[in-house]
Amino acid sequence: MELIFEGIKKAFILIFTLDPEVMGITFLSLKVSGIATSISLLIGISVGTAVALSEFPGKKIVVSLINTGMGLPPVVVGLFVSILIWRNGPLGFLGLLYTPTAMIIAQTIIATPIVMGITVAAMQQLPKKLRLQILALGATRTQMVWRLIKEARLPLLAAVMAGFGGVISEIGASIMVGGNIKGYSRVLTTATVMETGRGNFDVAIALSIILLLLAYAINLILTHIQQRERPR
Amino acid sequence: MSTISTHTISGVPILEGRDLQVMRGGSQILDVGRFSLSKGEVLSLIGPNGAGKTTLLMTLCYLTKAFRGNIFFKGKRVGEEYPVREYRKSVAMIFQEPLLFNTTVLENVASGLKFHKVKKSSIEGIVDENLQRFGISHLKDRSARTLSGGEAQRVNLARVFALNPDILFLDEPFSALDPPTRESLIGDLEEILRKSRTTTLFATHDRIEALRLSDRVAVMNDGKILQMGYPEEVMNCPANEFVASFVGVEMILRGRVLKERDGALVASVAGHEIEAVGNYLPDEHVILCIRPENVTLSNNFSGAQTSARNIFPGVIEKITSLGLYYKVDMDCGFPLVAYVTKHSLESMSLGAGKKIEASFKATAVHVLKAKG
Repeated sequence: MELIFEGIKKAFILIFTLDPEVMGITFLSLKVSGIATSISLLIGISVGTAVALSEFPGKKIVVSLINTGMGLPPVVVGLFVSILIWRNGPLGFLGLLYTPTAMIIAQTIIATPIVMGITVAAMQQLPKKLRLQILALGATRTQMVWRLIKEARLPLLAAVMAGFGGVISEIGASIMVGGNIKGYSRVLTTATVMETGRGNFDVAIALSIILLLLAYAINLILTHIQQRERPR
Repeated sequence: MSTISTHTISGVPILEGRDLQVMRGGSQILDVGRFSLSKGEVLSLIGPNGAGKTTLLMTLCYLTKAFRGNIFFKGKRVGEEYPVREYRKSVAMIFQEPLLFNTTVLENVASGLKFHKVKKSSIEGIVDENLQRFGISHLKDRSARTLSGGEAQRVNLARVFALNPDILFLDEPFSALDPPTRESLIGDLEEILRKSRTTTLFATHDRIEALRLSDRVAVMNDGKILQMGYPEEVMNCPANEFVASFVGVEMILRGRVLKERDGALVASVAGHEIEAVGNYLPDEHVILCIRPENVTLSNNFSGAQTSARNIFPGVIEKITSLGLYYKVDMDCGFPLVAYVTKHSLESMSLGAGKKIEASFKATAVHVLKAKG
């Protein structure tokens, strides 16, 4: 019992004194996952929209592949990216192994199908005639697509939440391609695993609290936007 | 007729479609050889569901993906002499369902203007004007999702009218509304179209709506236009059986209100006075609809007392058998049609050329305001 109590106490001290190491780890987590989510939004929303709005043979197969990708195990992504960027692997010359860039790549691969799958579903649930109505008001195709994305903004916010939530709490890929190097590629999840292994529960608890707070804060903001948009 | 001719004088039609064909799933769903709209006219497209009305509207609006044929706008071939993008900005269309955006009423009405890249400074004025036009200024800041069906359709109309299009395509905008809501919206649209003189192609399956709003009507079925002309032409002289059965069998007479007398109005039709019931002001142009089953024929000339306010002597022009009864076409100075039984036909010895007296009650006349 004392272990937990002491741990929590020390954790709060670490957080409130803005311990440089804890802050550095938090900042890197936000940076890596934030960039990865942004890239996945860009790819996921544009490809998802294109898939949802166009008719082509094999569309059902493509959609089912995207949906399968939503459940991609991070460890598998980590393995795949590791092989690619391994020193004598096909992209080894880039020297990306155990760098934050490699983590961003892995996390982007994890988040993109999540964003894409939710985008496809969100766009397909809009009335089909809405596209015609937008064009019938004199919109160009680009304006039409943009308007549709705006119409689907609430479910797309869910895509942002799911994508970011998925990568900030992910560990398998980050540890495999990032290597958990102190002060360089150490993020909240990888640090928590390491500190727990060493028996430094205070630091591990502090990192976990920050992780929970981060996840909560981001979802709070997005939920607030979503609720405000609701009629009545 | 004078009320119509003013709209259709311009030489080159504002819109013309030639050999428009659309195929879907191996069958032809649209086949219109020639179709034209004059500037400022309102043309109703009537026909049953699945007749191809929506397809024709969408094709003319350049929204149908694959179609064959040519569309001419102000005499120029769209896609060749006239850029498609510019054409699509000159026209606008709305559908049966309002399809509003999930935002405020204000943003909805402004949305089309934004697509057209209208200057921000002028958008608000245009939006306000159109909200006022449709009596929905008080809804300005409401979310479109909270509107009733009638309010939503008003916002939808305000959204297209804000674009001030050269041609407006309305695809059954009232069919999803309940009767009182529909009635008030038709009244307002009638007024707005009269003032704005917007060239409009209006699809409906309700011929009373068509009569109220339009200068000309076109009847469609199976992707083809079966007949196109002034309402009284189409309604009184249907080109074929389908048109006849679809437009109904009422006689349509055009007239002008002379005066109101004892709760009834008197309208002048081809120099004859017809009494009817309705609230119209003297000099208003009206359409009088009379069903042939309400017209009574008699041999005694103005002898017996009758409650019928309208009694006209006339000559029988033609008698046609309709199976169980007969259709009697008469000339009473204006065309009039009556239905009689075989028994009456024989006992009154009716035949072409015979002089008779036709009568109908003032309450049997359905009065509509004519476009003018």
